[in-house]
Amino acid sequence: MKVEEPQPLVDQEPADVPFRLLTPDGTLQGDLPPGLDRDRLRDLYRLMALVRRADLEATALQRQGELAVWAPLSGQEAAQVGSAFALQPQDMAFPSYREMGAAVVRGVDIVDYLHFYRGTWHGGMYDPAEHGFGMISVPVASQCLHAVGWAMGAAMDGKDACALAYFGDGATSEGDFHEACNFSAVFKAPAIFFCQNNGWAISVPLSKQTAAPIHRKAAGYGLPGVRVDGNDILAVVQVTQEARQRAVDAGIPTLIEAVTYRLGPHSTADDASIYQPREEVERWQALEPLSRYRTFLESQGIADAAFFGSVDEEAAAIAAKIRAGIAAAPPRPVHEMFQWVYEQTPQHLARQRDEVLHGGQDADA
Amino acid sequence: MPETTMAAALNTALADSLERDDRVLVFGEDVGKLGGVFRITQGLQQRFGETRVFDTPLAESGIAGISVGLALAGWRPVAEMQFDAFSYPALNQTISHIARYRYRSRGRAPMPVVIRIPEAGGIGAAENHSDSPETYYAHTVGLKVVVPSTPMDAYDLLVQSIADPDPVVFLEPKSRYWSKESGELKSGGLPIGRARVVREGGHCTLIAWGAMVSRCLEAADLAAEDGVELEVVDLRTLVPLDLETLAVAVRTTGRAVVVHEAPMTLGFGAEVVARLVEDCFVNLEAPVLRVTGYDTPYPPATIEEHYVPSVERILSAVGRVLSY
Repeated sequence: MKVEEPQPLVDQEPADVPFRLLTPDGTLQGDLPPGLDRDRLRDLYRLMALVRRADLEATALQRQGELAVWAPLSGQEAAQVGSAFALQPQDMAFPSYREMGAAVVRGVDIVDYLHFYRGTWHGGMYDPAEHGFGMISVPVASQCLHAVGWAMGAAMDGKDACALAYFGDGATSEGDFHEACNFSAVFKAPAIFFCQNNGWAISVPLSKQTAAPIHRKAAGYGLPGVRVDGNDILAVVQVTQEARQRAVDAGIPTLIEAVTYRLGPHSTADDASIYQPREEVERWQALEPLSRYRTFLESQGIADAAFFGSVDEEAAAIAAKIRAGIAAAPPRPVHEMFQWVYEQTPQHLARQRDEVLHGGQDADA
Repeated sequence: MPETTMAAALNTALADSLERDDRVLVFGEDVGKLGGVFRITQGLQQRFGETRVFDTPLAESGIAGISVGLALAGWRPVAEMQFDAFSYPALNQTISHIARYRYRSRGRAPMPVVIRIPEAGGIGAAENHSDSPETYYAHTVGLKVVVPSTPMDAYDLLVQSIADPDPVVFLEPKSRYWSKESGELKSGGLPIGRARVVREGGHCTLIAWGAMVSRCLEAADLAAEDGVELEVVDLRTLVPLDLETLAVAVRTTGRAVVVHEAPMTLGFGAEVVARLVEDCFVNLEAPVLRVTGYDTPYPPATIEEHYVPSVERILSAVGRVLSY
């Protein structure tokens, strides 16, 4: 008897079609998400454009040796800006290392953010609590659990707040992603799991990470799963707003799979041309989020050339600010290496610090 | 004076901490209705409710990972790992996040987290239930590592650990859970980071922590019958290490033996010996020896008595040290 090879799940169910409000050519289908007036609609473009420019600037700074490394996010602006835009100030976002777009929306100073990549200070120089934006987290998927714990804590305090965890498609292979989804469902934690499925985990394609569509994994935890066109900022805003409402009103966490594409390498340390098919990049380039949304704004008469001109000027100014801020940033004073390890510096650490600072003289004093 | 077991003392420490600070949370696997597999959390859920004391899914990384988020949200998590070797799936969260959060955030986001772990052997347990993982944690900068040896001190150290602004890995020597001590449970004794001379003696200093402290005291009793006075130092805290108390003790006797249950190679004893050599070389009359578990996996229960340092092995090492 011939045994049939098990077939991997393919995208074939209606639910697998990503939710979309803007067609690839920028035509609105359906209603706008609630609460998006003209100013806010323009703001969405403005934020994406600033992030795009800042991303290019960071890449350039890395090439010039000003940053140690950079993880580009071009192509993912709609997913990041749209999701962060849907949060409230009292919410908390937990990023991985590719979320400058979300950081900007949360009001984090870009130079403070980039200090992580310059090697100035781990975690960046910004205050996570002030911006409701956690420290950059490198161990893949680990931050998903932090979001769940924070959401549990906020719920116990009766706060109208949720936690949103950012991660990529590769992170869904990690145990912490599964533990986080499971914990959140069991504890009814007001959390949102926001996966930016950008097609690649460094050089490994999605097909080598999972045989099941990411959004369908949610069912296994008893969670709603949503697949959204991650290059359609309006759709991203809407599904994240809805997820937030479910989270804070009913303690129902949502797994959102934003289907997007990483137009650049994983980081400035790898060469994407080795593994990314050129046709694939070109196909996605045509679907990139800014031009699609710009077409929408223009066709609806929401924004005109003067607006886009002013955005370009602002973006150029921000790029200049980044360049100046990074170039001017000295290394932190060496004694900070020993600070904050513990609340009070233990004696053995104080001795090591004094050795570095004074050649050990203080230690003997 | 009432007699208290270490298990009861730890239970009271948790209860008193939950009572004193309503931001303290106790959670882990089976800590709720069952009261923990060692009953350390017995009765706490009934008394403080399912919000303050709760069972989690069976996922150690999850237990450690939510501790980070809860601490960021202003809570004081006291997480239980059910057994020593079950804490390994949580190492990534413990090492990469819990230990480093204060540092990475430039002091803005402290991690007042306690991870309680029943540790070490001697109770005839199955595989993966008898490890001594202290070196993994002691090597991780940013954690404090606390190991009590008596019921009274276990109470005091756990209350202090929960109140501590830094993350504490609290290792509970499970073979001592049922040991008894008379006295009143109270906090505010010797702080975390201070060792304790539990027996004075002029010939040689035994240095130990957790379950091996009582083993060293047994050895000291026997040695005294032969006129050899052994000093016994209970480290209580591996990080930060109380080098001053150690150095004073060793300078007085000029001889020392470090006793621990973990394997010898890169066990915490190696650190103690290195520090003593650096600080007390001129006062030493003999090499500092170690009596430890062997460099094998923790063995099956029926032969574990040959692995855990025995009184005989300790006295034999003392004999070698005294013969210099």
